[in-house]
Amino acid sequence: MDLTYTDEEEAFRAGLRDWLSLVLPELPAKPSPQDWPGRRAYDTAWQRLLYDAGYGEVHWDASPTQRLIFLEETEKAGAPYVGANFVGLLHAGPTIASEGTPEQRDRWLPPVLRGDEVWCQGFSEPDAGSDLASLRTRAWRDGDHYVVSGSKIWTSHAEVADWCELLVRTTPVSESVPKHRGITWLAMPMDAPGITVRPLRTLAGSTEFAEMFLDDVRVPVANRVGEENDGWRVTMVTLSYERGTAFVGEVVACRRVLGELAREARDNGRWDDPALRRRLGRLNAEFSALWRLTQWNVSEAQRTGGVPGVGGSVFKLRYSHARQELYDAAAEVLGTGALDLAHEWTLDRLSSLSYTIAAGTSQIQQNIVAERILGLPKGR
Amino acid sequence: MDFQLDDDQQALKAGMRRLLEGRFSLRDATDRIDRALWRELGDAGFFSLALPEAEGGVGLGLPEAVLVFEEAGRVLLPGPAVATFLAAGDVPGAATGEAVVTAVDGALVPWLEEADVVQGDTSGAVPLRSVDPLTPLHRVPDAGGLDRGALLYAAEQLGSAAHTCETAVQYARQREQFGRPIGAFQAVKHLCAQMLVRAELARGAVYAAAVTGDRLEVSAAKLLADDAAVRNARDCLQVHGGMGFTWESEVHLHLKRAWVRAELGRSARAAEEELAEALTEAP
Repeated sequence: MDLTYTDEEEAFRAGLRDWLSLVLPELPAKPSPQDWPGRRAYDTAWQRLLYDAGYGEVHWDASPTQRLIFLEETEKAGAPYVGANFVGLLHAGPTIASEGTPEQRDRWLPPVLRGDEVWCQGFSEPDAGSDLASLRTRAWRDGDHYVVSGSKIWTSHAEVADWCELLVRTTPVSESVPKHRGITWLAMPMDAPGITVRPLRTLAGSTEFAEMFLDDVRVPVANRVGEENDGWRVTMVTLSYERGTAFVGEVVACRRVLGELAREARDNGRWDDPALRRRLGRLNAEFSALWRLTQWNVSEAQRTGGVPGVGGSVFKLRYSHARQELYDAAAEVLGTGALDLAHEWTLDRLSSLSYTIAAGTSQIQQNIVAERILGLPKGR
Repeated sequence: MDFQLDDDQQALKAGMRRLLEGRFSLRDATDRIDRALWRELGDAGFFSLALPEAEGGVGLGLPEAVLVFEEAGRVLLPGPAVATFLAAGDVPGAATGEAVVTAVDGALVPWLEEADVVQGDTSGAVPLRSVDPLTPLHRVPDAGGLDRGALLYAAEQLGSAAHTCETAVQYARQREQFGRPIGAFQAVKHLCAQMLVRAELARGAVYAAAVTGDRLEVSAAKLLADDAAVRNARDCLQVHGGMGFTWESEVHLHLKRAWVRAELGRSARAAEEELAEALTEAP
């Protein structure tokens, strides 16, 4: 067990820190959360800066430990988050890199890395959220095109995306075709005729995601990644990336916020309450351990050649709840101030409610842990 | 960075598990120390593991100590193993397992009458009817202090938490109700999943604290390992249903020992206050 970083890793960290200290002071102010075109421009400009400095592919090409260092240092320095580039860089990009043809990689990967194109995720449907394989959006072959009809929901970044990683059903479910088969992964251009995007307002008031209605949308067969009806396997590749190092930067951020909470409580007099102190002390232990668990999982991925392990589900289960507890504690520190939407912590408290739902609800994650790690029988 | 067990550490852990497995039956165990086992542990280097080789030790570090204490925790090894381990360089016979050493820990002294050597001031010691039938306890006027063993107790708690998780899963796979194994029911599944989450979070904290030796990380490790051991034992008892509430089932022994260890080394109150205070310091 070794928590020291190699000389090479420390050199990577030092180079990154130097670069961040030069670049960050020059960045323009962040656009408001509601200004989606502004956010797209801001986030893609940041990706372009990373690309020009040689950090564009850090989420794909770097070793798991380098990726950990990258996320840790950028968060500590207060650099922009991956933002509107999230799906392209962390979902569609790695999927195409791993499963796409040479032509597909040449067409789609460079624009993602340069920040020229933004992707959105067309997975969930009104009747297929946690049970993703139940999706019903249909695609028929018509010559060298698929014709797609149906609807998607919770489509993050749909308003500003150029491409959508779209899951469609190419063979109806039957006795010979179970629901996990018959699904196909398509790259759909968002300017194709027949697409209607209707933004959804979250309980935090922002339009992070949208409903998407697809009415005979024509997608070239050449845009299919992987084989027809093999989309479920391709999707599992995508999801394993999502559960890998997706939360590293956030754990670093939560530890920073926890320190800010304690200092705020000391300044506003609430620190005299031993119950609050003990609550924050326990959260300190939790986030410290979550950071160590992250290093454990990354080390495991490093040993197994970069494949994220099952530790991701264990981590996500605890992290998503700890994050909610953190912002509930923030509300206690703020008192009536917690009812003021102008406070960053209030918005963060609201958005933390999605963490036990998105990317697999806590209940689904508990089933995954119980069945796939502990080997308990499948059931209801 | 390679935060995983190396080959030697895996071998050490596996070797200690083989040595302890089946060495004593909890049903036959009493509040007497098995002196033969104690010496055998001494021969295997359990107590002298961290002593320099020049002093007859094995010359290993805190991470290795944590791994063997985790194994001791799995099997609920009775006796003041932590105090004897810490005394190995000072008290003759401790390193070899010939002397049984205990110490005053906060307001408690475990194994006072069985031990050959007692460290700390035991004046005014009063016996308790210990909740854990395998750990005799005395109470002393709170002398405070000595919590050098916090990390080793945390390691024992981790071993216990991992063991009760495995026991619950095993039982849930075998025990049938309503025509199917109870582990097929989500209500039981989710209990088991949470047990694993608690144990793994504690593992990250305990192993990291062993590597860094950082005082705050030790506090975090103790806090989370106490929590994992106590709550996993309770959930394990729940999964076992009525059987879990019986004396014959071993689950209650894990719960009772976890309660005792939670008060030894560093209490939750002390750890939480310390971890809170550290947060207010400038970043």
